[in-house]
Amino acid sequence: MSVINYASREINCKIVYYGPGLGGKTTNLEHVYARVAPETRGKLISLATENERTLFFDFLPVDLGTIRGFKTRFHLYTVPGQVYYNASRKLILKGVDGIVFVADSQVDRAEANIEAMQNLYDNMSEYGYDITRMPFVIQYNKRDLPNAASIDELDQILNPGFEVAETGRQKPLEDPNRPGTMLVQQLESGEWVERAPTVEAVAVAGDGVFDTLKIVSKLVLKSLAASS
Amino acid sequence: MARASHWTFTQDDADNITRILQLFLQETNSRSAMLVDRAGQLVTTVGEQPQFDATAFATLAAADFSANDQLARLIGETDFTTLFHQGERDSMYVADVARRLILVVLFDTRTTLGLVRLRLKAAVTELTAIFERPADADAGFDAAPGILAGAEDDIDRLFS
Repeated sequence: MSVINYASREINCKIVYYGPGLGGKTTNLEHVYARVAPETRGKLISLATENERTLFFDFLPVDLGTIRGFKTRFHLYTVPGQVYYNASRKLILKGVDGIVFVADSQVDRAEANIEAMQNLYDNMSEYGYDITRMPFVIQYNKRDLPNAASIDELDQILNPGFEVAETGRQKPLEDPNRPGTMLVQQLESGEWVERAPTVEAVAVAGDGVFDTLKIVSKLVLKSLAASS
Repeated sequence: MARASHWTFTQDDADNITRILQLFLQETNSRSAMLVDRAGQLVTTVGEQPQFDATAFATLAAADFSANDQLARLIGETDFTTLFHQGERDSMYVADVARRLILVVLFDTRTTLGLVRLRLKAAVTELTAIFERPADADAGFDAAPGILAGAEDDIDRLFS
């Protein structure tokens, strides 16, 4: 839940990086931490186990600039990817404004990706949040690995599109970040579907990390603007 | 895009919160009080300005409180409305406010837990009255005109 604070002239938003274990969620935050100017970010907090697996969450606050005199401050969180940490994973989703799903592109991680995506839908719906109606970006990470599945294959299993029922939103919409790819389109069956925007990434090298952050933060601010 | 859920703290809200918390700090001789929303965002700090990273502190305090909430449910309680962490010199007392925020009080040996706990109840009741105003189902209590209304172009420029 975004907090607009007139006293401190800040807009605070919460973005959660979700996805299977060892998919690169923490790596995304570490890259942002390393590359943004120190005066625009806070401390990177990691509640991790001794062998650097996320136990509860990682947290990094970053300022992305000023709009109408208000500082836009994004709180980036990761969740623990391992299946048995669901209780803490769910806690972190509380009050979320935007989600980044970091998928592991490797063919043999398909099942883990699907399980994590299902878990995200389940946890969101338990809070009464509708993920199909909020800022949601999928990052296909580890694109450099030889056993990476194709984007089409990943789209099929993780981003098949959800039905657009409202007639007002039933119009073709191209993904501004992937020309030639549609975010909203009508299928041959006549049904209108919307897909989440996707980004290809190699988070360890920093490729796609800022593109992902930019797309999700912009969506968050736009959805906030639409609700004002 | 669906309407985003958000809430707005106006200058009036901030003034009222500050007044309530300043009185509480005076009465109890506590060092500082922080109001944090349940999602971990710091709303305001009153009293001594902390010498530590307040943003990180707020996030961890909210996570701590949420984790304890779940612990309460596991043992059959609906929630723990307060938490107390005792240190050698400094301690903290955390209380729920209207199920939407938490109030974190930092105090040292110049006061006692009993006094903090006693006075906190009244402060929490007053704060709860502020945060339990009738709310628009979608928008929290957006009393002020939306700062981002019609800001699409500004948002595009921010990311260009």
